[in-house]
Amino acid sequence: MANIQQEISSFLPEATFVEGTILEVSVPDAKWHDLALYLHDKLHFDYLVSIVGMDWGETMGCVYYFTCTADNSQVSVKVETADRENPLLHSVTDLWKSAYLYEREVYDFYGIRFINHPDMRRLFLRNDWVGYPLRKDYNADPEVNPIRLEHEAVDDTTHAIVETPDGKLEERTNTIFAPEEFVVNIGPQHPATHGVLRLRTSLDGEIVKKIDVYCGYVHRGIEKLCESLTYPQTLHFADRLDYMSAQQNRHAVCLCIEDALRLEIPARAQYVRTIMDELMRISSHLLFYATFCMDLGATTAFFYGFRDREKILDIFEETCGARMTFNYYTIGGLMADIHPDFQRKVKEFCAYLPGMLKDYHTLFTGNVIAQQRMKGVGLLSREDAISYGIAGPSGRASGWACDVRKNHPYALYDQVEFKEIVRTEGDVFARYMVRMDEILESIHIIEQLIDNIPEGDYALKMKPIIKLPEGRYFRQVEASRGPLGIFIESHGDKYPYRLKINSACLPLVGGLDPMCRGGKIADLIAIGGSLDYVIPDMDR
Amino acid sequence: MEVKIKSMKYEDFKDNEYIEQLINELKASHTNVVVGCLDEVINWGRSNSLWPLTFATSCCGIEFMSLGAARYDMARFGFEVARASPRQADFVMVAGTIVHRMAPVLRRLYDQLAEPKYVVAVGGCAVSGGPFKKSYHVLKGVDEILPVDVYIPGCPPRPEAMFYGLMQLQRKVKVEKFFGGVNRQEKREKVLGK
Repeated sequence: MANIQQEISSFLPEATFVEGTILEVSVPDAKWHDLALYLHDKLHFDYLVSIVGMDWGETMGCVYYFTCTADNSQVSVKVETADRENPLLHSVTDLWKSAYLYEREVYDFYGIRFINHPDMRRLFLRNDWVGYPLRKDYNADPEVNPIRLEHEAVDDTTHAIVETPDGKLEERTNTIFAPEEFVVNIGPQHPATHGVLRLRTSLDGEIVKKIDVYCGYVHRGIEKLCESLTYPQTLHFADRLDYMSAQQNRHAVCLCIEDALRLEIPARAQYVRTIMDELMRISSHLLFYATFCMDLGATTAFFYGFRDREKILDIFEETCGARMTFNYYTIGGLMADIHPDFQRKVKEFCAYLPGMLKDYHTLFTGNVIAQQRMKGVGLLSREDAISYGIAGPSGRASGWACDVRKNHPYALYDQVEFKEIVRTEGDVFARYMVRMDEILESIHIIEQLIDNIPEGDYALKMKPIIKLPEGRYFRQVEASRGPLGIFIESHGDKYPYRLKINSACLPLVGGLDPMCRGGKIADLIAIGGSLDYVIPDMDR
Repeated sequence: MEVKIKSMKYEDFKDNEYIEQLINELKASHTNVVVGCLDEVINWGRSNSLWPLTFATSCCGIEFMSLGAARYDMARFGFEVARASPRQADFVMVAGTIVHRMAPVLRRLYDQLAEPKYVVAVGGCAVSGGPFKKSYHVLKGVDEILPVDVYIPGCPPRPEAMFYGLMQLQRKVKVEKFFGGVNRQEKREKVLGK
């Protein structure tokens, strides 16, 4: 880490540093794009993990998190501006393509505009929304933003701020869809978008020319809600984000808080957490199998996937008391001990599932029609996967070994033996197969742990009011769809000053446009299904 | 007159007063015998073939899918024909959080449903805003924009709870006056709830 610090300070002497688990660099905005270029080209920080918009009262700004995919080193950069009326920062969309959506999100929530960003529209909120909700001085009066039942205007153009070579700023209008283009609206109410995602798709006959993604049809404002809740109260939102990785999401929030408090979790809780995470991953991938095959027309597969998922839900229900939103992990351990039948049932299930997976493959994977719809469709190269930030199973299908369980192990993942499934084809079939093979790996992990759960406490005794020491904390876990990051800035209170959820699904829709371009519109359904996004996770 | 549901005894339902009130209203309308018998036959058919709109925004939608799968199998009740087009559906199960941006879309879907149509609010979010009640972008219950027939609380409700709610909807359909009642277009002002 000292090495990175030396290199940055020799390149940019005015940069200041804060050391922590992740090195934080502060730079003035005027030098920010130069540093970004240096980070990207010279230090090879090629993966932009997250952009966290911030309102510090006096100033506003962003905290960027970068990872170098070669050695998994991390660095964060803080950039601020003192102008609250017309806040401007330099965009990094030219270096990291995932910044396109992240910067639009920051604009939507904070009103910070990015110089040289080609498309400064709102991302989650209606385009006639008044105010920027995550600013601390936001006016939440329902009179200002009543429930509007008229549809918002469709915009085919967008605005941008461009810096000319001589350093002047110019307002520009960019075209999204030209008047002669044939634009088809898909969603938000469409069974194949897996929720309420809206895609405006420009077509040339059957060929997709461009996709413009509209998010926010289930934007629930969780990040703002968290700012007025105590830490234990914020946990339950995690279950409702990506409800197919409820346990892992909650694991992320708990880990982030436990890290900040420097807590050592009882071994029993660590074991149970790891097993629960993997069970959740299996259940999510089974649901993926069910819905993805149904999207491609295989209705029987839907019944098979759900049949086996119900068996996992039974196991969860006995221990956690719920089928979907479990509320099981808590700061310092678990809410309750495991059910006496837990180990027996998990072992039965682990013995049962591999045989069923063979059935799945006979039923669907080998099918000629399925193969033709999957192979060679929706190609994504490794470079693009990294640049768009498409991690998780979808990234691993493009040859990017991005598993957080391997790169930054948490819980017991450094003590169990498992393979990271990586394929190199980068098409729909690879994304499908990665998930199917990950089910077997998850079973393998569970089998190593289930007999060795140690006796002892399942949770630490915590005080009812938890205060985090001042600072910024960022933790990631591998959720079912990719890395879920939790960022907490604490000012020493019992409430988080800012809690940001870095969703695994938002970058997935960012990559939808390049993957679908030039393909048939029917392939859009296959590609969308293979990315397996969950809308409430990306919208938050 | 007794409202019978094949799968559950009358006295096992919790709010029979409400159904009895509807029965009294129906009796007070003085329908003649022939039309009344026809009504009963048609309502029997309608209540056993209520087709939902495939509509889900979040977690409750997955439980709604579980209803369709083998273990819970909503085909037993005639709900299995989930339609992707509102023109072909009888009712909309509002499964999940409804936010400001979604509100006009849901309203339009509701307007596109053919009469007679029903709304079932599934889960805490659709009933009252649920855990997101204080959010700047969430509706405090879907009844702010739609008239709701059945509320199913839970986060998400268990499939059994969903069936209970849907059977309540069946009972409601059974005691409706069809001819001269729900088969004609309702007045728009009434529907809008203004």
